[in-house]
Parts: sequence; structure tokens; C-alpha cells
Amino acid sequence: MSGDNVWVLGAAMTKFGRYADKDLVDLGSDAALDALDDGGVTIHDMDVLAAGNMAEAMSGVGQRIQKQIGQTGIPVYNVTNACATGATAIRSVYLAIKAGEADMGLAIGVEKMGKQGLLGAAGKARGDRKVFEPGGRYGAVMGVEGVLGTGLMPGVFAQAGMEYANEHDGVGFEQFAKVAEKNHAHSTLNPLAQYQKAFSLDEVMNAEMMSYPNTLLMCCPTGDGAAAVVLVSEERLRSLSPEQRSRAVKISASVMTSDPWTDTDQVQPDVNTLTRQAAAKAYDIAGVDPQDLDLVELHDCFATAELIHYDNLQLCKPGDAGKFIDERGPWRDGAIPVNVSGGLISKGHPLGATGIANVYEVSTHLRGEAGDRQIPDARVGLTHVIGLGSACAIHVLEKAAL
Amino acid sequence: MGQQIPIVDYLVLEGSAPHLVAHVCTNCGALYFDRRNACGNCGKREFDTRALGTEGAVRSFTIVHRAAPGVPTPYVSAIVVLDGGGVVKSNVLNCPPDPDHVRLGMRVRLTTFVAGTDDDGTEAIAFGFEAA
Repeated sequence: MSGDNVWVLGAAMTKFGRYADKDLVDLGSDAALDALDDGGVTIHDMDVLAAGNMAEAMSGVGQRIQKQIGQTGIPVYNVTNACATGATAIRSVYLAIKAGEADMGLAIGVEKMGKQGLLGAAGKARGDRKVFEPGGRYGAVMGVEGVLGTGLMPGVFAQAGMEYANEHDGVGFEQFAKVAEKNHAHSTLNPLAQYQKAFSLDEVMNAEMMSYPNTLLMCCPTGDGAAAVVLVSEERLRSLSPEQRSRAVKISASVMTSDPWTDTDQVQPDVNTLTRQAAAKAYDIAGVDPQDLDLVELHDCFATAELIHYDNLQLCKPGDAGKFIDERGPWRDGAIPVNVSGGLISKGHPLGATGIANVYEVSTHLRGEAGDRQIPDARVGLTHVIGLGSACAIHVLEKAAL
Repeated sequence: MGQQIPIVDYLVLEGSAPHLVAHVCTNCGALYFDRRNACGNCGKREFDTRALGTEGAVRSFTIVHRAAPGVPTPYVSAIVVLDGGGVVKSNVLNCPPDPDHVRLGMRVRLTTFVAGTDDDGTEAIAFGFEAA
């Protein structure tokens, strides 16, 4: 199978933040052009393009970006898959190359969120109806958010973390808070992060409570940004220059799962089972042991989420996620550095860009080009995203000679 | 005085004490609260209706301080595992909304309250859980 590998040839991301002066097309074009330049290729070398975006998903985002950077007539796939949207764009290009239809392709993820506020409020607004009349799949007569529990993201992921705390000893508010303390600290080394400010554990725990145990500093911000990668077949890569070949990063596994049925997942989303299944498959395909990982970028939309994924991704022993953070295992100088970019919590989470920005981050370390935040001698890394609903994507990336 | 109507169709107010009902897959026993097309577990299409227990235990919770517009805060949202089967999400009521009083594993029972009134005076009855 070695000849069938797909490689990352170019990668780029914009700084995440808030761009009053740039629209979706500007941000997507910036990342796309930088990724093409980084790979030493042009839009005319691309056989396929995939664009991931949530907020303007109906608008033909890929074609809108093409009209700025090059209309070459290639197939364009506009994809959306919640927070796994960017990773889905990568996989669209990956699959086209695997299928033999393309030798090289461009995946772009972009989002403009601004100060959007809480995500996930479902159903009708309270007080809309003058006369109660059952509607929808639950026959609801009024909005149920806040009446029959919460479906807002900070609460959903708080509940996911508290489920883990219910089942395992040594996990509580402090362990969850330590995750955010770490990611904010990591972000101070990343010039592309939306925020680059360290906070003490006390500051994290005493910040405004959003949805216990998640305080404001334990929740990712909304923001704007884009990321892009150029993927290439192994055969095509062999024809490129020694410099292009030496900087290329091997995709040793690319896996996507959806949530299998569990007896509770239609009431409270289960972000564990599909992550565990994706991880097991990815490690098997890549022939990589979790303990071999030099760095991991995982989906820390909330601090409670990151903690449970230590266990889901087998970064710690089963049930030991609390101990893992207590012992500083996921810090950049720990056993397996996690979210050295600052993670979603501090680097930011422009939804469509996230699943590509993590591939940019790991690739940059594997190339030895991560500057102040470089993990020394990084050879193998893993990226993970979860789009609630749910979609999980995992990529295992390796520094390898060709 | 107007009529009363359940806030969702899986809350039953008539007859005996208020309780929840679920669609149960006749093949695999999976339980659902929503209108079904087929079973998400086994794919079969036959369902019965089952009344669920009114007591259970808190499997997870969160205390919501920043909420959707118009929702009073703080409040406790919980995932409750009902005795005899069924897992449901709703608020924990009649309990101080802080982690010293809401506990993982706490025993709770179903209770109801008026969640809203429409222009005809019809009251929407919602359910929550309180310490048992």
C-alpha cells in the first residue's frame, strides 16, 4: 500500500481572530494562495478543490474563492459537516486522489463568525406562539431550551465531561480547569492564535461561570479565519523537486466516523464512541502506537471535551484522564504534548477552518518549522476533530522520507 | 381556568401520576422520545409504546449561568437514567443550583410545573426532576 499514500505538500493558515476588513473569500483566498506557495505549486496544478464552510454553505464558497485565485474548470466540492467541516474538505480531496481521479488537490476551510455568541440554541424562541400547538418531532408546544435541560454547546460539553467524572475517580472542576490553563499557556508561543495570553489556574477557575464546570476561559471563542492544504499523490510527489519532497508530510491514516447508536446519544450527544472507533482504526491503519505520538491537536471546543479525549484517543491509561492532566502529561514538555497551538480554547475555532488548521499545525512541527513552539524532533502526530451530530475525523501524520 | 397541555408529547398528564412514555423498538428494545421513521439501532420499523419509571439517578449535569435569551439563570440541566430503562434530559428543580447541592448519582423523581400560558389560558406543563 506504500505507493498509494497521500501527502501534504503545502499547508497554511491565517491568524485566527476577527477581521472587520476581510470577507470569507478574502480569508479563504489568503490561506489557499499561501498553501499553494508553500507547496511550490499553482492553482493550475490542482485537479480538484474542496471548500469547507458552515455559515455561508449554500453560497458556493469554493467557486467564489476560485473566481479570485483561478478558474481552471476542475471539480469543486462544497462541504459542511459541523466542526468537522474542514477535515471533511481534506477527506474529499484525499478520496479523489485515492480514487485515482486526481493527482493533486486543494482543500480550504474558512469561517467568519465575528462575535456570534453561544452556539446550539435549538428550537423555537420562547413566546413565539400565542396558542399552544404541538409541533416538531417531539410535539413541543413551546421552546424547550432551558426548560427541559440545555442544548447549548457549553452545557452539552459540560455534561459530556461530567459523565466522565461520574464514571471515573479523580476528575472534577480542577482537572477540567487545568486543561484550559495549559492551552492558554501554550498559545503564548503561537503568533497565529486568536489569543496569546496565559492565565493561572485560579484565574481560569474564577472566571465567569458559563456552564459548570466550564468557565469563560474554558470555552473556545468564536472568530474568523481560514486554513488550506495541498494534497498530492505519492506518485506525483516523486516527480517534484527534492525540496518539495523533503518538506512533504505523509498522511499515514485518514479516518472519519459518525456516531454509532448508543442508548443515550439521541438525548445527550455521545462524543466518545465515534472518537474511540476512529482512533482505533487510525492507529491500526498507520501502524502507530498512541505512545509513539510526538504531538496531538485534538478538539478542545471546551476544556471538558479535551479531558475526555485523552482517554478516547488512548493518550492515557483507561480512566486516567484526570491523572494525566494532574501529572502534566499533555503539556508541551509532557509525555504527549496536546494542543501546543493553544487549541480551540485559545488559538480559536472558526468552524470550517479548524479541521485543516490542526493539520497545518502538526505538519509544521513535523517539518521542524514551528519556531518558538516547535516540539523537538517531532516525527509523528495526530489531529482530531468532532462535529457535533456527529462527525469525527482523525489524521495521523508522519515525517517520512520519499 | 384554562386547560393544560404537555410541553412535549412524551409527557403524559392524563390518568395516573405524570410520567414519560417512549417508543420502544419491538425488535431490539431501543427507546426513543421522538417521532420515528425506523430504529436507529437495528433499522426495524415496528414500535410499541412504553410508560417509563418516574425515579432515577443523575448521570451527568451542568449548571447553566449563561443561557439563551429569556431563560432564567442559573439552572441545572441533567441527564437522568430512569429506573427500569430510559435516559432523559431535563432540569433539576427545587435544589440550590451549585455543585455542593447537585451531585452526580443523586436520586431524583419526576415532577411537573407550569412552563407557560398561551393567549387562551392554556397552560404548558413541563417536567423536571427533584431530589427523591
